[in-house]
Amino acid sequence: MTVTEDRTGPELDLEAGFDRTIGADQRVEPRDWMPEAYRKTLIRQIAQHAHSEIIGMQPEGNWILRAPSLRRKAILLAKVQDEAGHGMYLYAAAETLGVDREELTEKLISSKQKYSSIFNYPTLSYADIGVIGWLVDGAAICNQVPLCRCSYGPYARAMVRICKEESFHQRQGFELLLAMVNGTDAQKAMVQESVDRWWWPSLMMFGPPDDDSPNSAQSMAWGIKRHTNDELRQRFVDMSVPQAAALGVTLPDPELVWNEDRKSHDYGEPDWAEFKAVIAGSGPANAQRVAHRRRAHENGAWVREAAQAYADKQAARAREQEVPA
Amino acid sequence: MSEEVTAEGGHGAVPTTGVETGLGEKPSRRTWPLYEVFVRGKRGLNHVHVGSLHAADDEMALHNARDVYTRRNEGVSIWVVRADAITASSPAEKDPFFAPAGDKVYRHPTFYAIPDEVPHL
Repeated sequence: MTVTEDRTGPELDLEAGFDRTIGADQRVEPRDWMPEAYRKTLIRQIAQHAHSEIIGMQPEGNWILRAPSLRRKAILLAKVQDEAGHGMYLYAAAETLGVDREELTEKLISSKQKYSSIFNYPTLSYADIGVIGWLVDGAAICNQVPLCRCSYGPYARAMVRICKEESFHQRQGFELLLAMVNGTDAQKAMVQESVDRWWWPSLMMFGPPDDDSPNSAQSMAWGIKRHTNDELRQRFVDMSVPQAAALGVTLPDPELVWNEDRKSHDYGEPDWAEFKAVIAGSGPANAQRVAHRRRAHENGAWVREAAQAYADKQAARAREQEVPA
Repeated sequence: MSEEVTAEGGHGAVPTTGVETGLGEKPSRRTWPLYEVFVRGKRGLNHVHVGSLHAADDEMALHNARDVYTRRNEGVSIWVVRADAITASSPAEKDPFFAPAGDKVYRHPTFYAIPDEVPHL
């Protein structure tokens, strides 16, 4: 018997196995071997996604107590509860990669990990609740539907659950806006003003243009990302134009025009300087969002401690009863 | 752009360079145990794994599972089990653990040739 395998042999075998799984468009599962860079990319992405869901409760929670009817209040409560649920699905998926949920929370409230820039904009009017459902959740759906086929199994499965629920989010938003645009002139104006503020930040949700997105190629090769930023942004613009027409609102982009050759809409360039500034922490609400999350976490400490003390006491009693008489 | 930014996480673009992953660091204080959650969608179906959560004890795990995983009547029964109580096979599909079944095609009905005219077989 000859032994020709060198010391890197097993590692190479593992990598070849991983490459085969990806090449065959199969799913990578938690205890499979995976390259460290793949694991870390997923942890960053899933953690930021989870944090975004959790922070995303704040701008909408802002209007729960001021919702105009019991019906609207019940809907908004259910939606905000869903956002918490989405955060939980995603933290669960992140944990399968070997990180601890508690630690991810610590990294969020110490600003060592980020969340989506869109949640650093304030909700100034009740129309914002509708526009967030329509545009912000609509953009999120464009991003998230392809993630249901992400190469990492637990992330893909979490996304399937989330996408089912996002559809409710978008439709309730659109219905809310329909009610408002069929209302008084003041209500119509409120919707238009809200659309004017949220349109560009919604386009920015897809990230920088493709030629300024150097890591996209690696994520696509790994089957984490399925479409480029610009492809998804274009899809979102094309979907939104007829919806805006149905509402009778104007999207605030003078360059927005149908291009018959491309069978798509041409549109203007988002203000990438603003995008960069918001990400860097200069958005209208960055500090407030993180401070609020930190306060909520710290104020909940006694609840966590009490639950633990109760569990310890019950466990101790159960042990006592097991002792033979 | 000076910083690498990706938008893949659904809700929009965030920086990915210089962001800590925290892999392998463990929090200093004691945390609640991890539970795996299984839901029976309706009578007649098996319980299916749907995800995981943390809870101080079994009862809290059950309540949290209801709130996180069955907000829209997705289940009629929930099992929660502490993750550290689960014994699992190695995940690799080509694992020799599953080899014994690989060469036993005679366990499948299609292994047996039966004349077409014979009914009900």
